[in-house]
This record gives sequence, C-alpha cells and structure tokens, in this order.
Amino acid sequence: MSLAKRIIPCLDVADGRVVKGVQFESLRDAGDPVEAARRYNLEGADELTFLDISASHEGRETLLHMVEHVAEEVFIPLTVGGGIRAISDVRRLLNAGADKVSINTAAVHNPDLIKEIADSVGAQCLVVAIDARRVSAVGAPLRWEIFTHGGRKPTGLDAVEWAQRMARYGAGELLVTSMDRDGTKQGFDLDLTRAIADSVPVPVIASGGVGSLDDLTAGILQGHADAVLAASIFHFGTYRIAEAKANMAAAGIEVRG
Amino acid sequence: MAGSIAIVDYGMGNLRSVAKAIEHVAPLGTQVLITDHAQEILNADRVVFPGQGAAGDCMAALKSRELIEPLAQAAKTRPFLGICMGMQVMLDHSEENGGVHLLGWFKGAVRRFPAGCDARGLALKIPQMGWNQIQQIKPHPLWQGVADFSRFYFVHSYYCAPEDAALDVGVTEYGITYTSALAQGSVFAIQSHPEKSADDGLQVLKNFTRWDGRPD
Repeated sequence: MSLAKRIIPCLDVADGRVVKGVQFESLRDAGDPVEAARRYNLEGADELTFLDISASHEGRETLLHMVEHVAEEVFIPLTVGGGIRAISDVRRLLNAGADKVSINTAAVHNPDLIKEIADSVGAQCLVVAIDARRVSAVGAPLRWEIFTHGGRKPTGLDAVEWAQRMARYGAGELLVTSMDRDGTKQGFDLDLTRAIADSVPVPVIASGGVGSLDDLTAGILQGHADAVLAASIFHFGTYRIAEAKANMAAAGIEVRG
Repeated sequence: MAGSIAIVDYGMGNLRSVAKAIEHVAPLGTQVLITDHAQEILNADRVVFPGQGAAGDCMAALKSRELIEPLAQAAKTRPFLGICMGMQVMLDHSEENGGVHLLGWFKGAVRRFPAGCDARGLALKIPQMGWNQIQQIKPHPLWQGVADFSRFYFVHSYYCAPEDAALDVGVTEYGITYTSALAQGSVFAIQSHPEKSADDGLQVLKNFTRWDGRPD
C-alpha cells in the first residue's frame, strides 16, 4: 500500500478548443476538450493538465467556460496553465473548477507572486512550471538554466537553485520541462529531472521529450519524478494510458490500476 | 427522499468541484446549496464540510462567520461529511501554523508527516500528492460499493491522529500508517478528496447522499 506514481496527459488549448486535436477512434469532435477529458478519465489518466495558448483576452474568457464544463463532467484533478499573471487569474480559474494552476513566466518576472499565491490559496493549488535548457559544456559539471518564451529566452537563473527557491516560496509541486527535449521524442532529460527531484521536498512532474513507454518509466526510475506528463504519444493514439501503466507496473512502479 | 444538502462555505477553497460532484450523484431533485449561513446549514438534511488551506485560517474563518456552534449542532443531528481540512479541524489541536486549537469534536492531534523514505530509499515528498489506498478497517455505509484498498486522491502535509482508535474506519500509509477516514454517529470524515477521486470517490459521495446517518 503506497502512493501511486501519476500519468498526466497534457492538452494544449486555444480559444477553448484542443489545439491539433486528440486522435482517438470514436471521438466525435477531436477539438472538444470535454470529450477528450472524459476519454482520458475513462482510460485511467490520474490527472489532466490544460495548457492555454490563447493569445487574446476573449480566448482567456473562453478558457474559463471550458474549465467549468470539464469540471462538471470529469472528477479527477485538473491543472490549468498558460498566461497566469496575477492572483485574480488564479482565483478565476480555481472558481471555474481547476484544482491547480501552473505558473511559469510570471514566476520568473515576479517571484514574490508565488509567495502571495501560496499564502492566499495554498501551496496545494500551485504548480510552478520550470522550463530549462542544458547550458554546461560537454564534459563540464551539468548545469541547466531557466528559459522563457517557449525556450528561446535565457534568464541566467540556475534551474536547480530556482526550483529550490520556488519550493521554498510555496510551490506545492514543480513541473520540470527540458526545452532541449521538448518535441524530440528522445525521452526526458533524466539528469535534469533527477537533479531537481533530489533537491526539493515537493513532488516533481517530469515533462518534455516522451517518445515511448519506456521513457515514462525512466522518468520515475531514473529521473526520480513523482509523476510524468506527456502529450503527443497519447493524443495520437500511439500508446494508451493503460499500456503506459502496465509498462510501469512491470518495472515495479506502483500505479493506480 | 431527495432532500437538501448544504455545502459549508467559509472561504477556504473552491467548493464548486464538491458541489458538482454531489449534484452528479445525488438523487434526482436533491437541492444542493453552497452556504455560510448557520440557519441554512441547520435547515439542510445533510451537511458537507470541505476545506483546504491552513488550519489557522480555517478556524479564523469559522469563528468570524459564527459557524462553530451551528456546525457542532448539525454534526450531531444529521449526516455530516468532512473532507480534507474539514476532517482535520474536527480534532483538538494542530501542529500547523505554530499550533492551532481546532473544533475539538474528537480527542487527538493533527501532525505534520515525519521525514521518511519510499521503498527505493528516496525521501517522501511533502505534500503527499496523488492517489493512495484506503484500507477499510471497519465497515461503514459510506464504503458500500467501494472495494477495500481503493485509491483516492490526496493532497496534504498534515494528518489526523485521533486518540480513540475506535473512530478509525480507514487507514492509509505514507511513511507511517495514519487515519484517512474516521466516523462516529452521523459524522463521517475523509482526508482524501472524493470529489476528485473518479468512480470510487463518487461512490462515497453517492452513499453519503443516501445515508440515514446511522453508523451501520
């Protein structure tokens, strides 16, 4: 009897629709977030993460309605990220039915925002997203830096130190994405995941680069992550959540049946 | 017997998820009301007492809304479900926020998880966040249709340690074995979030919406 490691599908949404769609058989509308969420719930996803990439104000309003609809039908934890800049954004999302919010750029620009949010709504609602790239020279001790703007803009912040600081400021969980691996299907940057997971007291979600079921398992076993997040391998039907869990269980990892 | 269910709103956390989950499973015609009015709570056939956040803030919010007496009265007289912080505040005292006096319905303390390791020797993370099992160490009407050792979604850094082991109806392991569900009379309280625990969580809520408040 112990805590299960989690598998979290991540859906990109814009203007209340799933971007690029989720390609399951028998899905009537590949862009409908409610339908996708319901399907992932049935498949055994442990949580769902929605990343809003809407640029417009209207898109953000639509997001709130989307969260309301999903939360009315799917009774597993929902995390929503993207474009959150103020406590008022956090409150609106939580009131709409999100269980956690994920904050990235705003934390880099205003670290004290993390303290304020943790104080006002609690650490349990607060995920800090950490986008990092490897900056150490080959052969030198490993080092990663925080990047913003989709991994294009360096900040000079050391990723491990930043992770520790965010945990100290009240992040309840850290979502660690390797911007080197994101979209490559070459697997997580396991050194990055482990360097952070071993140095913070809060749970860590590994993200960025999943191409196979073994990548997910390695995120837990070698990356020391508490949860693994993936998008395309699930959306395009390459693998099912149940297969990922069976693969983890075969490697001795505790999963939710 | 549809009746009414009051969800106690004292400003601690999002109650929409709880309300939506209850509406999803309650008998047709049940009135679900989110309220901080003592009289509305005492008029309801059933009361759900959720909560998240810090113990000190919760107690302050209950005091300022003058809900402490009405809640005690409601808990003695109708089916009453505590969830997460709504369970913890039923005890005497919490270690959180440098020490907080709680409602004191049950003798015992709320303690922070001690440092510990998982099976691989890695430090246990705090908060405990995710799906853990509840061992049903005693039968209860709210366990009906829920398999023993089912997984529920937990998020917490502190756990309940009631003095009277007879209160325990469910236990969970996280470094230590602790009380994850307790019951006495018409009160049932659970540390996890049934409203976020998929089918098994919904089953507990469904059972609550039909429970007559007798412990067996």
